[in-house]
Amino acid sequence: MPELTAEVERLSLVIAIGDMPVRVNTTDPLFLDILQDRYAGFLGSNERAEIEFDVDVTPPVYPVPDIGVRVTQRLGRWSLQAGDFLAEWEPASRTGRIRQTANPYSIDAVLRIVHTLVLARQGGFLAHSASAIRNGKAFLFAGVSGAGKTTIARLAPPDVTLLTDEISYVRKQDAGYIAYGTPFTGELAKLGENVSAPLAALYLLAQGSENRIDPIAPGEAARSLLANLLFFAEDEELVQSTFHSAVEFVSRVPVSRLTFVPDSRVWELIG
Amino acid sequence: MSRLYVARNPRVAARSLDGEMMIMSGRDSTLFTLNKTATILWQSADGTTPLDEIVELRICQEFEVEPAEALHDAETLARELASHDIIQISEEPIPQRNPTAGDSR
Repeated sequence: MPELTAEVERLSLVIAIGDMPVRVNTTDPLFLDILQDRYAGFLGSNERAEIEFDVDVTPPVYPVPDIGVRVTQRLGRWSLQAGDFLAEWEPASRTGRIRQTANPYSIDAVLRIVHTLVLARQGGFLAHSASAIRNGKAFLFAGVSGAGKTTIARLAPPDVTLLTDEISYVRKQDAGYIAYGTPFTGELAKLGENVSAPLAALYLLAQGSENRIDPIAPGEAARSLLANLLFFAEDEELVQSTFHSAVEFVSRVPVSRLTFVPDSRVWELIG
Repeated sequence: MSRLYVARNPRVAARSLDGEMMIMSGRDSTLFTLNKTATILWQSADGTTPLDEIVELRICQEFEVEPAEALHDAETLARELASHDIIQISEEPIPQRNPTAGDSR
């Protein structure tokens, strides 16, 4: 009798963001090509991974259901759900599964969520902010959409290394914090450099008629930081961890308001 | 007249930053910043000290205010905080597993 089944080749790559390698397995070569293109500069060694996802690439469904993002945890297993993907992740086994179509956006959302969940337990976070390295020190520029994240990134002089113009990656280390480059882009549509540096300051962006830096009170700093953190989980313990992480951060890292006019002279104040 | 007891909800996160008490509800991630009176109420809400005692010994000592007026305001404040699930209120003492005042961490 002829063999009716065939072994399907499993393809994989490792996406390493913030020193956390995530292996992605798929049987779809087209999807693998999409990932290699999307995460160029953030691809790690295939031998080491802290988390492993099997991706089931599904046929497109139209229209994509608009159900928002839901991140819940039950019995040690996280469920991540949105209109364009369904994912599960079990931290204990470090494994998970994603169902999505062959596109780079869904897995990008899953990676952002998983990184926020991991970082929340370690005192770190992802934040809506641009970030960059100058003279060996990293600086964050936080603000809501329209505050000037992409503008400040675009105005950076050549000696500045851009980590991201949209989503900053901050990891707690000993008594300080490290900022990492991310592939999460905003309007600049340019991947950050995959490098890191100790974090020296957080600036809350405001556009104005002059370039100036003003100190702000710790309470306002914490409120502003919390308003700019990426957080998805419906989980009391993680909400508390994130709150404490934000307060801890503003107690250790200088936070100021950076008012700027949109020209490159603002960078004379940084670094 | 029955006495009112207040207790901090152990499921909220609280930190004092430069004298400003910030509280986040774990239930819905709402962030609250307490004023001075609310901070005293929060710090004194051990579940066993009646609200009128908190008012008399803490709030009236801190602010120049009539005890009856202060108690009325404190009851209103306590019910408002309870509506956000920040504290519990009861006409009986409320057992607390960790009655220590101040930061929840």
